[in-house]
Amino acid sequence: MVKLAENQAKSILKARGIPIPQGKVVKTPDEAAQVAVEFGPRVAVKAMVRSGGRGKQGGVVIADGPPQAAQAAHQILGTTLGDEVVASVLVEQAVDIASEHYLSVTIDPSSGRPMIMRSEQGGIEIEDMADQVESVIIGSDNSDTQVANLAPLEAKLLEAFTELDALLIEINPLVHTVDGEVIAVDAKIELDDSAAYRHQPLHGSIETEQGLLGTDRERKAAAIGLRLIELDGDIAVLANGAGLTMATMDAIVALGGAPANFLEIGGDAYTKAIPALELVLSQPAISSLLVNFCGAFARCDVMTAGVVEAWKALKPDIPVVFSISGTGMDEANEMVRTELGIEPHLTMADAVAAVVQASAKGSQQ
Amino acid sequence: MIVNRSHQVLVHGITGRQGTFWTQQMQAYGTNIVGGVNPKKAGSYHCQVPVFASAEEAASSLDGGVDVSVLFVPPQGALAAIEDAVAAQASLVVVLTEFIPVHDTIRAIDTANKAGTTIIGPNTAGIVTPGQTFVGFMPAFDQRIFMPGNVGVISRSGSLGTLACLELTRAGFGQSAFLGVGGDPVSGTTSADAFAALEADETTEAVVLIGEIGGRKEEDAAEVIARSSKPVVSFLAGRVSPPGKRMGHAGAIVDGTTGTYESKRSALEASGVVVVDVPWQIPDALAAIMKQT
Repeated sequence: MVKLAENQAKSILKARGIPIPQGKVVKTPDEAAQVAVEFGPRVAVKAMVRSGGRGKQGGVVIADGPPQAAQAAHQILGTTLGDEVVASVLVEQAVDIASEHYLSVTIDPSSGRPMIMRSEQGGIEIEDMADQVESVIIGSDNSDTQVANLAPLEAKLLEAFTELDALLIEINPLVHTVDGEVIAVDAKIELDDSAAYRHQPLHGSIETEQGLLGTDRERKAAAIGLRLIELDGDIAVLANGAGLTMATMDAIVALGGAPANFLEIGGDAYTKAIPALELVLSQPAISSLLVNFCGAFARCDVMTAGVVEAWKALKPDIPVVFSISGTGMDEANEMVRTELGIEPHLTMADAVAAVVQASAKGSQQ
Repeated sequence: MIVNRSHQVLVHGITGRQGTFWTQQMQAYGTNIVGGVNPKKAGSYHCQVPVFASAEEAASSLDGGVDVSVLFVPPQGALAAIEDAVAAQASLVVVLTEFIPVHDTIRAIDTANKAGTTIIGPNTAGIVTPGQTFVGFMPAFDQRIFMPGNVGVISRSGSLGTLACLELTRAGFGQSAFLGVGGDPVSGTTSADAFAALEADETTEAVVLIGEIGGRKEEDAAEVIARSSKPVVSFLAGRVSPPGKRMGHAGAIVDGTTGTYESKRSALEASGVVVVDVPWQIPDALAAIMKQT
């Protein structure tokens, strides 16, 4: 999933004939003041971050003229909202609001069909107004009268949703102005990264920015096609497959330990055990490592060969615990015995218990 | 969607490295592989079976046509391959491919639904009928993991589904079928659909449902389970996963208030499902619940 920045999302809507406020992205208070001269004097100064709930955290300020715009930009720039440091602000012409509404297109998780959500109430998080939202699931029959009955703006959004390979297009608030105009005052677009290959150069430009999110190690992992999420615990985890990796973290916590990361090398990433292990072992305060493989497509022999090679090269001074089953398990278990002189555990239950025992938290008990 | 040895299976992408490796594994297990598809190698033989230019060509050339098509094709070619399998009148298409654009999946499911074809996946590790046949990339051939029996297993995750079967087999519970529904947010066969198939299957006496955070597959399955008399045990992965982060599977993300562990667990428990905290508790929970019924 790729989240577009607000200004990018809005420029896409504008190109499709949906009005947005005039404005610019700037990085200094002086520039913010200039935008207020150009489009103001009354402007909205908005932190350029992708995380939600920005308004509640002081990330949006209405300024009544150039000096106030500069002041607002000064106040917002450099602060941290969510896990992002605000490096730029979007300064836009303030609109005279008559009413605020909500409109989005997403995929209904139950039917797997596109779904339009609309509400007469807008400007607050969708989660806080769930009971006021009307949903329309778009059926598969193109001659469906349903689509014909959509408002023109809704039909436009639905068309954009499909054409852009989007996962979400949300306009919130959709403002009706006192002059009778309809303007997308804030917009979110999330694109499907699996479809990036047919939406260049749009995706190329976003991915570069997206790379700036997350910790150093998370970005390094992403650069080599691995999904790493750093956590607060001390037990490093290396498992294959999203489901097994989440289950491994759950099991560690259930037995009183604390996982240091989510990192899986399943699917096509099963040949990347070496860089994966280097990444997790470079995290600070690691007290032990749990290797939990259950190979289906991902072959345990291939993954384990990588772990053994990386372990020998890095020689980390921490205990490591193995549990290996599934495709290629016999070769893999034998490799751990002969190459590392370690006896793998026969079950995941034993392995998780052993690693929690060996971890910092476990040894304090 | 429960396969047996009489089903004629076509392998889309048979000549690739993974296609070749897993075709050999499936053949050794007894899966009735009748052919493969690769337009560039049509007319040749691979893994002792004929290679066709398309599934449609295979269906018209082979006695008995094509029952099941399995896709070892890259994401960019998946939609066309599914449409081809649907045109070949396959009753089941097993889509192993990960990273198919979700709008392609939506189109593929539309096409399949209109033709009466069932899609399993995308992003599934496949399906297994222990002792009979398997389609996909599952270690079905390892008797320490899969054993014939009466427990149906549904899983979004291949690795965790494999682990569940291993724990079951170790405790003496054989499986009637393993149905991998896949890790994508939009699936041709949902957990609810898979449960309905196991509900209708006479061999299946109990069901293990392996779910995970994100989406509504477990909540929707709970509604179908509530109407069934078969005992169900579930493990749900992702209890301690941080919200707002995509946990590997595109479908495994908790966004706002939807897709949470608590929502899934309470929906399943309200339907009489025993939800365990760690995977290795599945067999004991199953033994206890089967004794009661």
